[in-house]
Amino acid sequence: MRRSELHFDAVVIGAGTAGLVAGTRLAQGGAQVCVLAKGVGSTHLAPATIDVLGYAPDRVPAPRPALEQLIAARPDHPYALLGTDVVGEALSWFAEIVPRGPLPGYVYGGSLEHNQLLPTAVGALRPSALVPETMANGEASRLERVCIVGTPALRDFHPSLCAANLERAGIEARAVSVDVKLDRADMNTLGLARRFDDEKWRRQFCSELSLTLRAEEAVGLPAMLGLRDPHEVLADVEHRLGRRVFEIPTLPPSVPGMRLYEILRSALRAAGGRLVLGAEVVSCDREGDRVTAVSTHAAGRDLTYLAPWFVLASGGFASGAIELDSHWVTHERVLGLPLRGVPAEGEPRFTGSYFDEQPMARVGVAVDSDLRSEGAENVLVAGAALPGAIPWREGSGEGIALASGYRAAQVAGAQVTPTAATV
Amino acid sequence: MSGPDDGELFVAELLRGSLDHCVKCTICETACPVSNATPLFPGPKYAGPQSERYRVADEPTVDASVDYCSGCGICSQVCPQGVKIAEINAQARHKLKRQKGFPLRDRVITRPTWLGRAGTPTAPIANFTLRFKPFRILGEKVLGVHRDAPAPAFAGRRFSKWARKRAAGARVSADSPARKVVYFHGCGTEYYEPWEGEKVVEILEHNGFEVVVPKQDCCGLPLQSSGLFEEGRKVVIRLAKALRQHVTDEDTIIVGNATSCTLMLKREAREILSLQDDPDLKFVSERTYDICELLLELHHRGELKTDFSPINESVAYHAPCQQQGHWVGKPALDLLALVPGLDVREMNARCCGIAGTYGLKVEKYDIAMAVGRDLFDQVAASGAPAVACDSETCRWQIHHGTQLPSVHPIDYLHRAYGLAQNGAGRNGSG
Repeated sequence: MRRSELHFDAVVIGAGTAGLVAGTRLAQGGAQVCVLAKGVGSTHLAPATIDVLGYAPDRVPAPRPALEQLIAARPDHPYALLGTDVVGEALSWFAEIVPRGPLPGYVYGGSLEHNQLLPTAVGALRPSALVPETMANGEASRLERVCIVGTPALRDFHPSLCAANLERAGIEARAVSVDVKLDRADMNTLGLARRFDDEKWRRQFCSELSLTLRAEEAVGLPAMLGLRDPHEVLADVEHRLGRRVFEIPTLPPSVPGMRLYEILRSALRAAGGRLVLGAEVVSCDREGDRVTAVSTHAAGRDLTYLAPWFVLASGGFASGAIELDSHWVTHERVLGLPLRGVPAEGEPRFTGSYFDEQPMARVGVAVDSDLRSEGAENVLVAGAALPGAIPWREGSGEGIALASGYRAAQVAGAQVTPTAATV
Repeated sequence: MSGPDDGELFVAELLRGSLDHCVKCTICETACPVSNATPLFPGPKYAGPQSERYRVADEPTVDASVDYCSGCGICSQVCPQGVKIAEINAQARHKLKRQKGFPLRDRVITRPTWLGRAGTPTAPIANFTLRFKPFRILGEKVLGVHRDAPAPAFAGRRFSKWARKRAAGARVSADSPARKVVYFHGCGTEYYEPWEGEKVVEILEHNGFEVVVPKQDCCGLPLQSSGLFEEGRKVVIRLAKALRQHVTDEDTIIVGNATSCTLMLKREAREILSLQDDPDLKFVSERTYDICELLLELHHRGELKTDFSPINESVAYHAPCQQQGHWVGKPALDLLALVPGLDVREMNARCCGIAGTYGLKVEKYDIAMAVGRDLFDQVAASGAPAVACDSETCRWQIHHGTQLPSVHPIDYLHRAYGLAQNGAGRNGSG
């Protein structure tokens, strides 16, 4: 029986921010691209702000100078491989594609010159470089008086906790709960976002909420201002309430993250790139220092994808692409690439306090300055699979994903000659 | 094996084992078309990984809502951790219905072969009756099939008869021995849309294949999706044996145009019906292709004829859930892109709602229509005059929801090859 095979100019593994950006950029450059993913990626779980550098280790007011310092101090950090210019270019490119996407009028704002401090669901202030317009009004410097609004059906969002912590940060905050009629006892932000898409429901919500509001008070809502047309929903809610309104990121599912996924997915499709979900890469073919093909479990049999270039954007420990097995051996599970940053035999792998810097945390695929994997010269690595960063401490995950996906496409794209065979 | 024996328990345990990977990330919930349309189904995570801990073998079922899962399988496809959510829920639905009893309806509408055999010779009367409102109201009251649910018309002729006649006639002999393909046409082609099968055969022959059409029956998917596992096993194993007989060399493959039925052969029967080790099914499963999947693969090998004439039209394309379940992307889009002039608009809605027989059932019809609303609206917004879709029940639902003609993507390839002038093309499409 013949092997099932498809040919592409580049194959990207992973459909989170890094993979979708790499795939889109390659496709925009004229390459025939296929993005393979086991499932939907990290976008649906993250706040969808683009955090470039939030802590180093103190809170960073402006990412650009802090990036320069980080690059000088840590040559092993992904940002040192990418450089500030690439990060800036990637951010500008991203900000340009968002309004061309499927959400009319929806934009991201911000830059490397200034971190915006936005309230989290627990009322901490989190620094982000680029934020969606639906969150922009939550910027701490613009908040004097705020009302944090919850609804009893949304059980994972506690407006009073959020408000109390904002108070501690010096913002006059209070909490209200609006009991709106729903057809179920509990509902997550996804269900509520679909309600917000409905103009009639929205009107009812706003009229109930406006009874409880005080003058000169901004409104912070869990991120649920619609999936179809958040720009219009925000404008409408602000108009009805007669005040500034903003979204606060929530526990998953992340509504702004779903929007981000749709924006990136549709950019990929618009550029002619393909996306295959359910396609877990289970093996690869090699010729010396090159990977020549990857195979996925399709229904019934394996399907093999051949390409001159591969981008590994499969994530790190959190996605399961890198694992520490029960024999204390660390693996890159997708292509079996060599890792960097693994503590030496006998050195501590973890420290006792959860929030401390964990020695295992900087583990990633060993790459050169062009993001090429060691031992696989046609595999470029992007996103959380890169070594040297601790995104959850640095507030750097999306910045690294976006910029390294962008850069990987640059490196591969410069050498991809679009094939005539697969039009 | 065809009964609930050790093998079944083993596979069920494998499915269940995938639960350990669930991190409760809710990505399946964001993608579920049903839970986003009705509170009656709480969602794949609640009904699956979260409820599973209450499900104990040989204990009474704890389920009620899992019957509202349509079995579309999108949850398993989007899961980043590889949890077999839809498969686990199918097992739970089977147990629920086995304990609470199957309505007569579920035993009737899941037997397309019976219906087809009864309806074909009496097509004019049968079709009239199926469109006769008082009869449909009666059918709803007595049987529980919703009065407005889309009912395809019997073609009044059977595809297999055409195929036998064609096989008996003179075939143009090729210079080199042709590669053989065994055609699995399924019940939709046999009784309702024989012209789709005629087109498949002509396209394959145009590309140098010798097409063999074995005598065949249902794949058992409707039975499986209604929880009738024992009956489904018998039917799918019988089909696997029938197809396997004709695979006589290493190069021969099996191809089908009913995408949900080819998925049943490739994976669903093996996983959901716990037939992982059935030798006939395993053999068939590894060799089965969806028609667009096969043609795209040929194209990537440089073996597909691309002598396409222009078609200056636009068409909306919807990839049905079961096609997405093949985990091969959307081959139809790449193929349609080869036709000059054809303006293809990819729809981005999840599901048309029908899910095989789900949307026919009186208690589920409204849910199915609510699920399909996104797609129907997108089709209308696209302005396309027709909708291409790989699954027949989805095409009937799309036609029902949009009033537009809905055809298999290969219809466009068939036309672009110029095969419509002299060959098949006689259809009652719509």
